[in-house]
Amino acid sequence: MSLHTLTVAQLAAGLAAGQYSSLDLALHFLGRIERLGPELNAFVTVTADRALEDARRADETRARGEAGPLTGVPIAHKDIFCTDGILTTCSSKMLSNFVAPYDATVAERWKAAGTVLLGKTNMDEFAMGSSNETSFYGPVRNPWDTARVPGGSSGGSAAAVAACLAPAASGTDTGGSIRQPAALTNLTGLKPTYGRVSRYGMIAFASSLDQAGMLARSAEDAALLLAAMAGFDPRDSTCVDAPVPDYVAGLATPLKGLRVGVIREFFDKGLDPAVGRLVQDAIETLRASGAVVSEVSLPALPLSVPTYYVVAPAECSSNLSRFDGVRFGHRCDSPRDLRDLYERSRGEGFGEEVKRRIMTGTYVLSAGYYDAYYLKAQQVRQLIAADFARAFADVDVVVGPTSPTAAFGIGAKTSDPITMYLNDIYTVAANLTGLPAMSIPCGFAREGLPVGLQLHADHFGEARLLEVAHRYQQATDWHQRVPPGPLAA
Amino acid sequence: MSLTRAQVEGIAHLARLQITEAQMPVYVDSLSRIIDFVEQLSAADTGGVEPMAHPLADQVQRLRPDVVTEADRHEKYQHNAPSVAAGLYLVPKVIE
Repeated sequence: MSLHTLTVAQLAAGLAAGQYSSLDLALHFLGRIERLGPELNAFVTVTADRALEDARRADETRARGEAGPLTGVPIAHKDIFCTDGILTTCSSKMLSNFVAPYDATVAERWKAAGTVLLGKTNMDEFAMGSSNETSFYGPVRNPWDTARVPGGSSGGSAAAVAACLAPAASGTDTGGSIRQPAALTNLTGLKPTYGRVSRYGMIAFASSLDQAGMLARSAEDAALLLAAMAGFDPRDSTCVDAPVPDYVAGLATPLKGLRVGVIREFFDKGLDPAVGRLVQDAIETLRASGAVVSEVSLPALPLSVPTYYVVAPAECSSNLSRFDGVRFGHRCDSPRDLRDLYERSRGEGFGEEVKRRIMTGTYVLSAGYYDAYYLKAQQVRQLIAADFARAFADVDVVVGPTSPTAAFGIGAKTSDPITMYLNDIYTVAANLTGLPAMSIPCGFAREGLPVGLQLHADHFGEARLLEVAHRYQQATDWHQRVPPGPLAA
Repeated sequence: MSLTRAQVEGIAHLARLQITEAQMPVYVDSLSRIIDFVEQLSAADTGGVEPMAHPLADQVQRLRPDVVTEADRHEKYQHNAPSVAAGLYLVPKVIE
């Protein structure tokens, strides 16, 4: 068995048993990144020196008998998380020279848990995209078919884990940016409840929607990694002060009697029938494992994409006003005056899609349009939340597809923003409502491309999601498949 | 087109974004399409519905005592600044 196809839990067990050291693992994964990373364009920065330093420290910690469950396990961070002393670009020209002066809480906590940082992964610029094609550093390629996208915005994290360049990676999810790439690359991806994980040091896109999570090979790994990142942080004013359950212990719960609601509105005309069949098969597997399956209707859901594309750009236009060419980030050459400094620094520093979203947000928030767009979207957001609340009165989890299609070709959807935005049709509702949601591998559609099953639970129901996903993964082996060819070697 | 070129120029100015001459038609077209797309929200019946600004009901922004909790780290932070002198951020002359 190859080291790089092992899960975090398996690697942790091997480290504990002394089969290899943290340094062995770091060198193994750094070697793979060097050989296979450039073709996929999965990393913006490889932190080799830092990885070796972290690994040596982890080995010392273990020698002292102080190792925890993640000590010595290599990971990668999406380049949206500030990492002290390390380039943190958000895949934007605007931040292409930004060395973070502090650690994000997620980076700090995974570091404190003893993980080894391999590098910072490529992403859609400022997390705005569903294909990882808006990155200043160029598109990321899907290890299952390098002519296709890995999804986005956490596309580099997805490609890195799918190609076995890292056992797991962090991600962020504002409208599906963990779940959709997980679905398109055969990974397990979890977006926790809004407020479950601190957003401190995570470069903001849409503050009422952004949430940190991870891409991994199994629900068990997601449980281990969530345990090491979740919990209260006074530095994020919206981080919730609630106890963090033992996610790993909860995995043992059997599914018998679990009430599963299948979302009728997710099986719409936009869904690729091949994807729909695999999702239906997965639901049958849950039923065979003891779940009670029924249909639920969430009538406001078809409005979730237009709602999202008002709320998210509005918050983005406000958040990205901090990039002014004065305190950090790109500054244009020889500004004539202050206005020229702002306009050219921002015009040059942001890519096309980021500028489009800033302008959309500026428009929907402007005097005379605020009520018609922004306030209206917040009201529809309330209707969507009410639909889910009604569903959770009757069922424990609601399920459907993660993405309407499997991975599409690089360049296939870049000409029309609406076509690209509709990729998010099944994922944005969880962000609008703050609900935890997960994508897990459920089979392969035409051309051998992976497909994801999406699960939602009620607020703070991550343990429930993880136990369902874990049980499903006990009954299936889709999540164990790795891409064929040289990438898996 | 639901947005005119003049409107898009106005939005770009409000957002302090320089848009090149070549890119302007692309934005007039794509922003118009986005505004047309989100227009479907107007058909939703939202009479009496409270706008939802925060995804968790009953959560309120925490307050903290109004005291200094951060150390002075301006030197480290200013490493990322494009132009500084004597601990100050430099910008083009604002007052003639």
